[in-house]
Amino acid sequence: MEFTAEHEQFRKVVRSFIETEINPYVDQWEEDRIFPAHELFPKLAAIGAFGLEYDEEYGGQGADHSYTLVFAEELGYTTHCAGVPMAIAVQANMATPSLHRFGSHDLKMKYLKPAMEGEMVCSVAISEPDAGSDVAGIRTRAVRDGDDWVINGRKMWITNGTQADWICLLARTSDEGGFQGMSQIIVPTDTPGFSVGRKIEKMGNHSSDTAELVFEDVRVPVTNTIGEIGTGFQQQMMQFQDERLVGSYMAAMGARRALERTIEYLRMREAFGKPLLANQYLQYNLAELIAEVDMLIVYNREAARRFANGENVTREATIAKLKVGKLARQVADAVVQYHGGMGYAEENWPARYLRDVRLIAIGGGADEVMLRILSLLEGMGKK
Amino acid sequence: MKIAVCVKQVPDTWAEKKLTDADRTLDRESADGVMNELDEYAVEEALLLTEASGGEVVAVSMGPDKAEETVRKALQMGADSGIHIVDDSLHGSDAIATSLVLSKVLADKGFDLIIFGSESTDARMSVVPAMVAERLGVPQMTFANKVEVAGETLKIQRQTEYGYDEVESSTPAVVSVVEKINEPRYPSFKGIMAAKKKPIETVTVADAGVDAGQVGLAAAWSQVDQFSERPPKAAGVKIEDDGSGGVKIAEYLSEQKFI
Ligand SMILES: Cc1cc2nc3c(=O)[nH]c(=O)nc-3n(C[C@H](O)[C@H](O)[C@H](O)COP(=O)(O)OP(=O)(O)OC[C@H]3O[C@@H](n4cnc5c(N)ncnc54)[C@H](O)[C@@H]3O)c2cc1C
Ligand SMILES: Cc1cc2nc3c(=O)[nH]c(=O)nc-3n(C[C@H](O)[C@H](O)[C@H](O)COP(=O)(O)OP(=O)(O)OC[C@H]3O[C@@H](n4cnc5c(N)ncnc54)[C@H](O)[C@@H]3O)c2cc1C
Repeated sequence: MEFTAEHEQFRKVVRSFIETEINPYVDQWEEDRIFPAHELFPKLAAIGAFGLEYDEEYGGQGADHSYTLVFAEELGYTTHCAGVPMAIAVQANMATPSLHRFGSHDLKMKYLKPAMEGEMVCSVAISEPDAGSDVAGIRTRAVRDGDDWVINGRKMWITNGTQADWICLLARTSDEGGFQGMSQIIVPTDTPGFSVGRKIEKMGNHSSDTAELVFEDVRVPVTNTIGEIGTGFQQQMMQFQDERLVGSYMAAMGARRALERTIEYLRMREAFGKPLLANQYLQYNLAELIAEVDMLIVYNREAARRFANGENVTREATIAKLKVGKLARQVADAVVQYHGGMGYAEENWPARYLRDVRLIAIGGGADEVMLRILSLLEGMGKK
Repeated sequence: MKIAVCVKQVPDTWAEKKLTDADRTLDRESADGVMNELDEYAVEEALLLTEASGGEVVAVSMGPDKAEETVRKALQMGADSGIHIVDDSLHGSDAIATSLVLSKVLADKGFDLIIFGSESTDARMSVVPAMVAERLGVPQMTFANKVEVAGETLKIQRQTEYGYDEVESSTPAVVSVVEKINEPRYPSFKGIMAAKKKPIETVTVADAGVDAGQVGLAAAWSQVDQFSERPPKAAGVKIEDDGSGGVKIAEYLSEQKFI
């Protein structure tokens, strides 16, 4: 990926936005267990952070994927937590790509445009209490009644779930079973029968709200279906590519920043009559991690280039997601270790970093799921 | 309404500012250049005024090659075009020379308003707007925290220590703004793209009709003969509270003439 002067200028704007509009509030939002999406998103929309790759007609920016890369990298690098970036990425790259790719004009005008303008907050709901890794095992069902779907079921772990205005829902719309007969349906959260079952307390990403959602005879028009009825699973698998790539862009740069901050700390902190950083043992371990993070950043940028070219990047997205999940755990462990007691103290950033990055290897498809996909792509194993 | 906004590139607010050993002028290479913070408010005000009642905004900066970034930033925020005054002879110019060049460039271009920040973060003289107004022979409406234009009448609230004065003048006029006036926007993605195509005119001292002998370090009315690094921060006074902590703090503050 070649960055132009405009990419760098946009990066600067995003950085100063995060430093002014997000970072000063992160501690409070972490404590509150939620950030005010309806206040923050319009401001993000004003700098053009949402829908970078989407058509201008639908509130997008008409750019290409390279700007999504820059935005996600900067979110990961600069933000003092992972919860808010995740919530932003849900809106920008996880709940909306299918709608942009496959949605009807009317559906996009009604839901995509206001979301990209920051007026509406959205979620993507796939996981359920009894099915996460195995997406083909979901049970939430939409039954057709005339021109409506009548939806029943539960969704679990839904990011932005307590404050969303609409949900990109994956539901069964036929009895075919397996990965057949699913559809993506937009469900406005003010529809009768929809409710937030509970807000889930988590070990990290505290500033992001996560909810269990309940659907009881929720009635929405069949025209709320994104794309073809019955192709929801396939559309969602495509949507996962955006999600996994963006997740990797953010987390790789987050790891880079964590290592930089650790080096700064070790330079200042003295032990045994010299700065801690003077220990070659620490230098080499950090250099090793920096090398791995570098490889990932470059891999990510190449994946982004291919994606921007319209290539199928299932393989790249899978590998990036797998690697970043593992690497971030290693980095977090070193970061906490090298900060000593300061790393374990709740008031310092390494503790939050350790908790936050643990999610990467689970959310958006666990490491083992990535290994499963890669094994299949490599001709090993059976579907 | 045709509005000029004067924007200065200054070293990043948080960066350590240094003078060069060679000629004791500001070392502009060692720190990232950014738009002087108050000038962002000036740009915002110009944009708000023209968005409300139509018109055109021209961003003007005098500074080295790099200062084009600052003109560009004004264009990214929404200004229509830029003028970058760049010339080797300008290096080391004082406020008198700066105001001379700016006023020559700004004169006779039909601007209804010329908006400035009220102070730069590097030199902090807070005099350029007044000097430009004087040279152009137009009213100087400085330290505005509110600006209203109706026809050819300009009204501002002039920030004072105790509140504000309401001041009225005719246009054209020079205005300088304080940070209470508005909330500057960030350049947006579309703003960045649009700015690529907006024109920036490059102007030399000769183009401005100024004699090179009147500007630059040699012509400056004040001169930096020597300078020294800021001494490192001394350790503060530590007062152990053995019951008399309050008294000791009061004594210390009184010694320092704070109370
Ligand atoms: C903070 C947070 C936010 C989330 N946000 C969303 C959201 O917005 N929308 C949404 O739909 N979901 C969301 N999720 C859910 C997330 O995608 C799932 O948790 C994830 O896909 C794993 O599913 P599961 O929790 O059901 O784990 P399970 O499917 O029960 O798997 C448990 C573990 O088993 C192992 N495993 C799974 N499959 C295999 C296999 N084939 N071979 C070997 N080992 C295997 C893995 O280690 C896995 O972690 C979120 C989760 C969290 C924690
Ligand atoms: C380290 C240092 C060394 C200096 N050395 C000397 C010296 O040796 N001799 C000497 O005479 N002077 C020297 N100066 C003074 C300095 O050059 C002048 O103060 C400066 O040219 C203009 O004044 P200001 O930045 O204080 O403007 P202010 O009056 O504080 O600025 C008010 C507003 O004027 C506008 N403005 C100011 N400058 C520009 C510009 N270049 N282009 C566009 N708009 C502008 C902006 O809108 C700004 O917000 C030195 C200053 C510094 C920081």
